[in-house]
Formats: sequence, structure tokens, C-alpha cells
Amino acid sequence: MSVKNSKPKKDKVTGVETTGHVWDGLEELNNPTPRWWIWLWVATIVFSIWYWVVYPAWPTITDHTVGKYNWTAHKELKSEQKGILEIRAKYLDEFQDTSFAEIKDKPDLYAFALAGGKSAFKDHCAACHGTGAAGAMGKYPNLNDDDWLWGGSVDNIYTTIKYGVRSTHDDSHISDMPAFGQDNLLTGSQITNVVSHVLSLSDRSEPDAKGAKIFAENCASCHADDGTGGQEFGAPNLADAIWLYGGDRTAVTATVIKARGGVMPHWEGRLSEDTIRQLALYVHSLGGGE
Amino acid sequence: MTANTQNYPNYNDDVVKLFTIATIFWGIAGFTVGVLIAFQLVFPQLNLGEYLSFGRLRPLHTSAVIFAFCGNALFATSLYVVQRTCETRLWGDKLSMFVFWGYQIFILMAGLGYLAGITQGKEYAEPEWYADLWLTVVWVSFLLIYMMTLKNRKEKHIYVANWFFLSFIITVAVLHLGQNISIPISMVGAKSYSMWSGVQGALIQWWYGHNAVGFLLTAGFLGIMYYFVPKQVGRPIYSYRLSILHFWSLTFIYIWAGPHHLHYTALPIWAQTLGMTFSIMLWMPSWGGMINGMMTLSGAWHKLREDPILRFMIIALAFYGMSTFEGPVMSIKTVNALSHYTDWTIGHVHSAALGWNGFITFGALYYLVPHLWNKPLYSIKLVNAHLWIATIGIVLYISAMWVAGIMQGLMWRSYDEMGFLTYSFGETVLAMKPYYLIRAIGGLLFLSGALIMAYNLYRTVNDKVVQGVKLKGAVSC
Repeated sequence: MSVKNSKPKKDKVTGVETTGHVWDGLEELNNPTPRWWIWLWVATIVFSIWYWVVYPAWPTITDHTVGKYNWTAHKELKSEQKGILEIRAKYLDEFQDTSFAEIKDKPDLYAFALAGGKSAFKDHCAACHGTGAAGAMGKYPNLNDDDWLWGGSVDNIYTTIKYGVRSTHDDSHISDMPAFGQDNLLTGSQITNVVSHVLSLSDRSEPDAKGAKIFAENCASCHADDGTGGQEFGAPNLADAIWLYGGDRTAVTATVIKARGGVMPHWEGRLSEDTIRQLALYVHSLGGGE
Repeated sequence: MTANTQNYPNYNDDVVKLFTIATIFWGIAGFTVGVLIAFQLVFPQLNLGEYLSFGRLRPLHTSAVIFAFCGNALFATSLYVVQRTCETRLWGDKLSMFVFWGYQIFILMAGLGYLAGITQGKEYAEPEWYADLWLTVVWVSFLLIYMMTLKNRKEKHIYVANWFFLSFIITVAVLHLGQNISIPISMVGAKSYSMWSGVQGALIQWWYGHNAVGFLLTAGFLGIMYYFVPKQVGRPIYSYRLSILHFWSLTFIYIWAGPHHLHYTALPIWAQTLGMTFSIMLWMPSWGGMINGMMTLSGAWHKLREDPILRFMIIALAFYGMSTFEGPVMSIKTVNALSHYTDWTIGHVHSAALGWNGFITFGALYYLVPHLWNKPLYSIKLVNAHLWIATIGIVLYISAMWVAGIMQGLMWRSYDEMGFLTYSFGETVLAMKPYYLIRAIGGLLFLSGALIMAYNLYRTVNDKVVQGVKLKGAVSC
């Protein structure tokens, strides 16, 4: 290692001295550190020291310094939540003690329930039923119409949300449509006849006497003699124009062959009782409540 | 500057050339994956099957740009710089070749693992134990080569760029070893269990993660800046004293700033306080590098008008200054309460990654390739095109993410007059869709610029040049 280039020289452009070091033609000026840089840095250090005095900062052997005002994040959370919880508390006690029917007669309370229901719906229900609750063809029912598989009163909706449909809850709605084709309960021609009958219920096919007989023997126990459905079994109305799994001949035939049965999770244990009640009122308000 | 010191005293440029090519290759690979995942966020249909889903590709993107692109850039530049500033040939010819191929094998091991779903689940440290062990061997070899070359130096003092490079190499080794201590469940299986768990695991994770930013993407790249900026300007470094002060303050303070990634979590509150205050005290030490780089232009500002390569470097310093100011601001707990978990963070990261790391690397590559291959740059016009396309890309990217992130944070905390959350998470995602699209377009522009650079450098190396005759539009370096 040789020592060389060790004499500082004056830089011609700025008139500042170099340090005298040269590496691969690179030199350094011996400018002082900018004052403003030092002072800003000192300011950030002073700020930090002040912050350590005021807030919890340094670990000690068994604990840590707590700061001048005993501030904790938990206290900050509580104080920030306070305003929101106060607004809700104005209504919550009354809401818990009031029946669905009475809530609807109290505009403030009803508005509170709808606001809570809407907020919860968007986070927990919209993923399947859509933000506008319009559902999805072949998958999830539309909640805006007046066609309800398991009943459309506020109480019915409350029960469905709380316990679910074919869910893992002991009190879940349960029903099983037989797979008439797959399980060889009906022959191919019988299925054609019964589908014709089903379509005739909404005036989209000629009456089919054979089909009507098969319907009476196999379907009417759940869907009712006139095909208007049975909400205690979650059996849809087949005489209207609303079809979750499609209403043309192909789709209805597929339904008879392999059967249908959607699943909805239960929300008891995942949402609070208050939220489930708010959701029931909100869903009921969407337009098709019974 | 003349090229006659190029091969004196018999520098080992073979390995530097390989690292330079790898930098360009992995850069384009990493940017491409970034553009793809940016479009996946706008159009989820682009998640094509298990292996090309966002979850697999996201670590592929981050690792490709941080470790493959930036990593190879640091190898190339540090090995180039250490030889020149020590005026001695790189120590260990064979070992340096091992470091090159060993590092590329590590990148392949890591990347293929991600696609196959093999991961430790630690951000920026996803590779499993077998890749970690391999990298340790490669990295220690790198450190050895670097130290031995420094030892053989001809100049008594060590140039400032080498301080930064050395702190980068040593600290990355320490971080890598600390973060990745784990026990494999079998010697033939990929899975391992980490030594760290719970809140200690989180603290180690962000001690590692933040200092990967601090020592790989900041200290290492300041090493690049300290050589290539004064070389390109042809002026001395502005202040020796500032470089000493900001080097030591940066290395001492950076290492404590990690906990700001864990504000309002289970991390003890005192550690959050220290993480925040050390981040604030880090502001000026970070800016020291920007000041020293920019002020090196004093007396030569006019060169910015003529030289787009220098412009790359100075814009890089401007982005560096901006993001090292934004970082401390975002570490303040009240700001962090809004910004954390939002796309503001993504914007912050990319203003630094695209603006600082990307641009200083591009500047260094435009300097390096003509010097290494001893040929004039093919087209200065294409450098200019690259500069503007990439700059517009970055501006689109970061402004979209600022707007999207702040909007997202405000939507998350918004309550209605009845005390219920106004927006669902789904609605906040929907609201960001246009900004995600702008971001993806910004990324596409940045990638396009890099492709122009690759073409330009390819022509530079491969076009036949008659000795002593400059091509039209070529720049003298």
C-alpha cells in the first residue's frame, strides 16, 4: 500500500480545497457539512427525546418507561371508539327491548336498524347475494323480490340468517329434493311429462295429464298440489316466473334429474344477536318482505 | 474521461460483465412479473391457474426486483468499483465466478420454489432453508473477495463508495442469518420451522425487512451513487465530512427503525415508540447522501442539459430524497394509522424502488456497458426516450397509489351518522379499480423503458465499431 496524492489542492471551479485523496480520478472537496442539515438533524433528535419523555419508550429490566401522561394505545382506542359507541348506545338498549313489529313503527329506531343491517350486509352477505342483494342466477337467491324459499317475514328471515340453510348448525333449515333422474325414481319420459306440467303452471306449455299425475304423486307433498311451493320445506313456488336455477325446459329438466339444494352458513356465533336482528330488518326492507 | 485506464492494472471485468448482463435480464423479468400482477389486480381473470396466481407471483416479483435485479446490480457495481478505487485486480478469480453462478442458482432455487408454493411465509425472506444455506455460502465468498480486494488496495484511504458497499455486504449477512434461523422437518423436505414465533417473530421479520431496504436498497445503492455520479459529472464529491457523518449516522440509526412496520399491533408499545423516533432521526442521515450527490454537480449543473445519463442519476437522487422524507412521515403513528395496510405503502415503496434503485441502476448501466466493452453507447436518443417514458411511468404509478391509498384509508375509517362503518371492504376495493389500472399502465411504461435500454445496450455491445470512429449520436464516456 503506497501513500500518494496526499496533498490537498484547490478546486478550480469552486475554490474549495480537496482532501487530497484520489481514487481512479475521483476526489473529494473539503466542504463543511451544511448547517441546515445539522440543525434539522438536531431538531429530529430533540423531538425524539421529547417524545420519549411523553410516551412509553425505553425498556427497563422488568418493565418500560410509561411516559408523562400514562398514555397507552388501549386508552387511545377506547377514547376514539367512545364517540361511535355513544351514537350506537343511544339506540341499542331500546333496540334490544323492542320487537320487530314495534321497531318498524319507530322511525329513529328503524333507521338505526337499517343502517346497521346495511353495513353488516355489505361485509358478510354481499359476497354471495351481491351488494344490491340481487343474488346470482343458479347460485344465490335474489332478496329484492317477493319470492322466498324459507319465508319472507322478518322472523323467517331472522331464523334463516341465524341458523342457515343446510348449514352445520343443529337448528339449520334442512330439506332434500330427491334426484329423480339420477336415482331412477322417474323414467326419462316421465320426467318429460312432469316438466311439461311444471311449465304449464306458468302457462308456458300445454297441460299434460300424465305429468300432472306424476307431479301429484312425487312433487306435490313439498311444492303443493298447485305448485305454489312450501316454505316449511324450502320448496320454491313453481307457478311464478322466478327461477333460481333457470326456468326453461332444459334447466327445469336438469333440476328434476339431479335435484337442487343451496347452502347458506349460519351466522349465530359469528355475528352478534343485535347484528342478526338488524340484518333481518334490512333484508326485509329490500322490497320483497312478506 | 478517457478509457485508457480500463484494463489497467488488469482488472477482472469478466465477472462484472456477467453480473451486468444478469442485472438487465433479471430487471426485465422482475418488471414483467410486476406488470402482470398489477394487471391481475385490475382483471382477476388474469390469474391463470395455481402456478401463475397473484399469491405465487407477488413474492416472485418482489424477490426478482430486490434480490435478482438490485442484487446483481450491486454485485456488478461493487466489484467494478472496488477494483478501480483500490487500483488492484479483484481477489479470487475462481471464487468470483463461483459467486456469480452461485447467486444465479440461488435466484432460480428461490423463484422456482415460489411458483411451486414453497415458502417460509416471511416477506422478502420467502426462500426455504436449503436456499438460505446456499446463499450463506455464496454471500460469505462475496464478503471474502471484497475484503481481500480492499486489503490489496494501493490507496491508503478507502473510498466512501466502499464503506457503503461493505456495510451492505456485512449487514445483509447478519440480517439473513438472524431472520432465517430455522429447523428443517427433514433433510429431504423443503419445509422448516422458524426459530422465531409470535411477536418476537414479527419483530425479527421487520428488523430484517426494513434493513433489507436500509442496507441493500439504501446503503448499497449509495455506494453506486458515490462512484458513478462523480464519474459521470467529472467533479469531486461535495463534502468529505458530510459523507463521514451521514455514513455512520445512517448505519447506526437505520438498524432500529424496523418496528415502525408494526404500529398498533401486539408489539410492546415502547418498541413502537423507538421504531418511530429512530425513523424520524433517520431523515437527515438519509438526506446526507442526496445532498452530497446533488451538490457534486456544483459548478457543472449545465451538464444536466446535455447528458441524459446524468439526468437518470439526479432524478434517482430526487426520488431518493422524496422517499426518505416520506418514510419518516409515514412512521409517525398518527400518519401510520391512516397509511398502514393501504396502497400508499405500495406507492412509497415504488417511488423508492423505481425512482431511486431503478434510475441509479440505469444510470450506472449506461456508464458501465460502454466502459466494460470499450465501445461507445449506441444511441443517446434512446437513453432520453427511456428516461422520459420511465419517468412518466413512475409518476403515474406513485400518484395513483397516493390517491388510492389515502382514499382507501379514509374509506376504512369512515362511520355513518348511526355509528356504523360506511363502506365495506369490497366497496373500497371497487373504488380503487381505476387507480389500479393507472398503476398498471405506469408499470408498463417503466418496463417499456427498460426494454429500450436493453436494446440500446445490446446494440452497444454487438454493433461493429471501427476503432476511433464514433457512431452517429454516440456519447463519449
